[in-house]
Amino acid sequence: MKAPKFSYVRADSVEQVLDLLDRHGDDARILAGGQSLMPTLNMRLSQPKILIDINRLHALTGISLLGNRVRIGALTRHVEVANSAVVAQHLPLIAEAMPHVAHVAVRNRGTFGGSIALADPAAEMPACVLALGATLVLQSATSRREVEAADYFQGLYETARRPDELLVEALIPVPRAFSVSVFSELAQRHGDFAIAGVAFHLEIHRGVVADARLVYFGSESRPTLAQRAGSAIVGRSIDAASVAAAASALDSDLSPMSSPHGSSRMRLHLQRVLTRRALATAAERARAA
Amino acid sequence: MSEDTAQVSLVVNGERVTRTVPVRQHLVDFLRTDLGLTGSHLGCEHGVCGACSVRVDGRVVRGCLMLAAQADGAEVVTIEGLDDTGEIADLQAAFVARNALQCGFCTPGMLMTAAELLAEKQQKSREEIRTFLSGNYCRCTGFHAIVDAIETTLAKRLGR
Repeated sequence: MKAPKFSYVRADSVEQVLDLLDRHGDDARILAGGQSLMPTLNMRLSQPKILIDINRLHALTGISLLGNRVRIGALTRHVEVANSAVVAQHLPLIAEAMPHVAHVAVRNRGTFGGSIALADPAAEMPACVLALGATLVLQSATSRREVEAADYFQGLYETARRPDELLVEALIPVPRAFSVSVFSELAQRHGDFAIAGVAFHLEIHRGVVADARLVYFGSESRPTLAQRAGSAIVGRSIDAASVAAAASALDSDLSPMSSPHGSSRMRLHLQRVLTRRALATAAERARAA
Repeated sequence: MSEDTAQVSLVVNGERVTRTVPVRQHLVDFLRTDLGLTGSHLGCEHGVCGACSVRVDGRVVRGCLMLAAQADGAEVVTIEGLDDTGEIADLQAAFVARNALQCGFCTPGMLMTAAELLAEKQQKSREEIRTFLSGNYCRCTGFHAIVDAIETTLAKRLGR
């Protein structure tokens, strides 16, 4: 179908965007890559009064190393993240996840911040920023605040962003020494929405897990940090017993949604399968490092 | 400030085009109906099938997920332009030789996406070619012949 009627503003400055958001709030939508917004318009699932096109705002683009954090501007396209030497060197979790983000043509246009702003439960980047303990920067006409990823994702497509705020950048801590990350997901075809997925970030000292941030997505209403599964392997080596303990702890960490792509039970099973595989990979990577 | 229409000036297949477009019109409708470039096809209109693939500023994108108003200042290449330049003449010949199309509806999009893969000039396995094409649907060929055609063209370009 064709998109419904809306007003369109091609913004020339961040200040203009913030002013428009201040005035229109929920009636406005930010048009960044448009790879999720345009389908919902074409299918008439959403009908905003005004689209604010931010594609000319170069201030919102770019990837840079700032001290011990990597800054990724919200308007940075997935393809730029995928090709970034900074990301490849410092954020291997995101580099590993990137090929799973939809398809070539979508990565060429879709944006890093757009994915985080939308918070689709099957999206890869929200899971990665949660696993890496990123800080998300939200700006309004009157304030600028930093929100931890752990506080940002609140529910199905629900985030801490207020209607008058624009997500401007993500600040992602460079993983410390002894860090190992693993990304894996299951989808019906490559690039389709994940029905189960994991973004793991661990610290492994001499074979012993010192810290484990095990994030699950695809099955939950939002990216979910599995506290009990993480605790089950901290202080232990990755072996059959500790992996089994982590996998069984998922019962209390997760409450998978049912959909035509898989029942709640099946998705919990798949997350356990991914947990076993990803922890085995993490152990191999720690040994090789 | 915000209007129902927008002025756009862009380069399409090497020619400067200036028009007033409805802001709700997506790029591929503009190309097809306003410019008569009907090689880009309209399938699902929500970014799933890939039939509307066009090249914008050097990269393949979904023509149905971008507004015509957003193409202001852009350089757009459609399948007609790609055909004219001869950039994919070898790929087109391989599609014919391998029977990589039947109804032809998906073919322009397949060629646009495959052109980007070929432009990377990197060796790719059949599996990697399939992954690259995962955003383009063909409902006739079963994909084998399309992968054959791309694999053959890539091998020739890499001199193998």
